[in-house]
Amino acid sequence: MTAVGLTAERPTGSGHARPWAAIQQTATMAWRNLVQIKHNPMELMDLSVQPVMFVLLFTYVFGGQMEGSTERYLQYALPGIIVQNALFATMSTAIGLNTDLTKGVFDRLRSLPIARFAPLLGRILADLGKQLWSLALMLTLGFALGFRADRGVAGVLGTALLILVFALAVSWLSVLVGMVAGDPEKVQILVFTLIMPITFTSSAFVRPETMPDGLRAWSDINPATQLSDACRGLLTGGEVASPVLWSLVWAAGFAAVFFPLAMRAYRARA
Amino acid sequence: MTYAIEAEGLTKRFKQTQALAGVDLAARTGTVLGVLGPNGAGKTTTVRVLCTLLRPDGGRARVAGHDVLRRPGLVRASIGLTGQYAAVDEMLTGYENLLMIGRLLGVPRPAARHRATELLERFRLADAAGRAAKTFSGGMRRRLDLAASLVGRPEVLFLDEPTTGLDPHSRGELWEIVRGLVSDGTTVLLTTQYLEEADQLADHVVVIDHGRVIAGGTPDELKDQVGGQVLRVRPADPADLDTVHALVAVAAGPATALDGQAVTAPVRDPGLLPTVVRHLAEAGVAVAELELRRSSLDEVFLALTGHRAEADPSHAGPGAAPPGPGPGHPGARAHAARTEVPA
Ligand SMILES: Nc1ncnc2c1ncn2[C@@H]1O[C@H](COP(=O)(O)OP(=O)(O)OP(=O)(O)O)[C@@H](O)[C@H]1O
Ligand SMILES: [Mg+2]
Repeated sequence: MTAVGLTAERPTGSGHARPWAAIQQTATMAWRNLVQIKHNPMELMDLSVQPVMFVLLFTYVFGGQMEGSTERYLQYALPGIIVQNALFATMSTAIGLNTDLTKGVFDRLRSLPIARFAPLLGRILADLGKQLWSLALMLTLGFALGFRADRGVAGVLGTALLILVFALAVSWLSVLVGMVAGDPEKVQILVFTLIMPITFTSSAFVRPETMPDGLRAWSDINPATQLSDACRGLLTGGEVASPVLWSLVWAAGFAAVFFPLAMRAYRARA
Repeated sequence: MTYAIEAEGLTKRFKQTQALAGVDLAARTGTVLGVLGPNGAGKTTTVRVLCTLLRPDGGRARVAGHDVLRRPGLVRASIGLTGQYAAVDEMLTGYENLLMIGRLLGVPRPAARHRATELLERFRLADAAGRAAKTFSGGMRRRLDLAASLVGRPEVLFLDEPTTGLDPHSRGELWEIVRGLVSDGTTVLLTTQYLEEADQLADHVVVIDHGRVIAGGTPDELKDQVGGQVLRVRPADPADLDTVHALVAVAAGPATALDGQAVTAPVRDPGLLPTVVRHLAEAGVAVAELELRRSSLDEVFLALTGHRAEADPSHAGPGAAPPGPGPGHPGARAHAARTEVPA
């Protein structure tokens, strides 16, 4: 055996990550996170089966009792289901980062002459791409089941944009969780116990008017309420300005608190 | 002669544990430095500091001519790292793993593809190239991990216990790969708990324990440094054992010991062997085995650290065949007095 071809001059001349190189590295990391789906059927479930399942279950199980008709309930609940799904999906960032940490992939990446934040940005970009995929899937299914986007294309695009902005802001919390958690299973449990109550105490699936006073007061300020109402307004008509504004305020709040914490945790461990 | 790796007084503390308590080491360009030490000695911590993954509390280190603290980017551009635990992306195929590294290093796509294919073939992974790495066996993962660290054709390669968990065949293969890389000019730092591995591969060995270098030198120097040579005499008739023991003890002193059916004694005086042979002849004792050998690195390790090195799996059980009777191998015996040729 000979090692000819294993050594020779290195292809990379410099250890400095220049801007163009950093962009390319980020793109490579994003590619890697998307290609992973091919080999991980569970992730495909998360991205596709789960959204479809939620839309079908909520519409056909709760629909009749909630609004007297499945179509009417779909018209109310689809924006909320989209919001819940988007919140769950932000947490895949935490799970992905945590897996990379615990499996030693980050050590390998850090030993390479690449921009320090390329792995993080690549992950976030890929996860935003997955958000769009799930959103498109749910809307398409919704339309097939009779959902009407009364505000047309502009409303759909506005919803997509708002979901992406909100998801990006929340993903800093996700990054923080991913960097400090002991293992991916813990992340999963934490995320579930955090997001389920938040979406269920919001206007995502039910009208808060029927809730007890204390719960209702919480529901009114709940970020999931604001975001659900905003998407509802954008997709089916109704009030838009206030819920969109409050959604953005929440997003800004999340980013302001968690971005610095996430960055500190990332610098410390990756 | 220049040094591809130089470290001086590296210290690192993790809460209660002083992982490194002043590590000094150096590897000449184009050579293999073996870092030998028991569990928890600080091998991995040393490697992580040298690879810029961990900031030392104190001390200095240069790798490929660059300071690890001041020029981490340049260090990273010069090194390859195969960590103690395979760091492959389990959700990517073997091919995609290597392609990703190539692209991250800025290799154009066609060249990165070519390089990935070439390395997969080189590491006998071509058949599994299209499978997710999570389906790989432990040995395949380690080989993929090693391949990943070679995508960038590093000047300096760090291998942290690269053969732990490999079968003897794969281990031999890895040794060949390391020798090939070194013959092409790569400098290798290799940590190991297997003395035989250091003996086979390393030009220079440092022994670390409790975060400190406790000995250093070529494998031969180390063997000389502790205990020098060992004389071993096995009488043809076990009944003569006591007679032989007494005879040897007269010449070699109180350190003479019984080792199964044989008598062993440390050799400090070159005249010992002829003296013992003369005494044996005078006493008329028939000898089945008479051997003069260097103390093995195992014995060196025991003498230096006060505990044995971890058992080498390829030597598990008394009947296990060693991978090859290399020079200096303690298993190589002769039925006549012989000194071993240095490795
Ligand atoms: N991140 C860490 N946090 C706390 N202690 C650590 C950490 N990393 C290493 N240590 C401790 O530092 C000491 C040296 O560890 P190191 O991993 O360098 O040993 P090693 O020689 O590589 O051992 P092994 O042969 O088991 O791999 C050990 O006592 C270990 O417990
Ligand atoms: Mg170790």
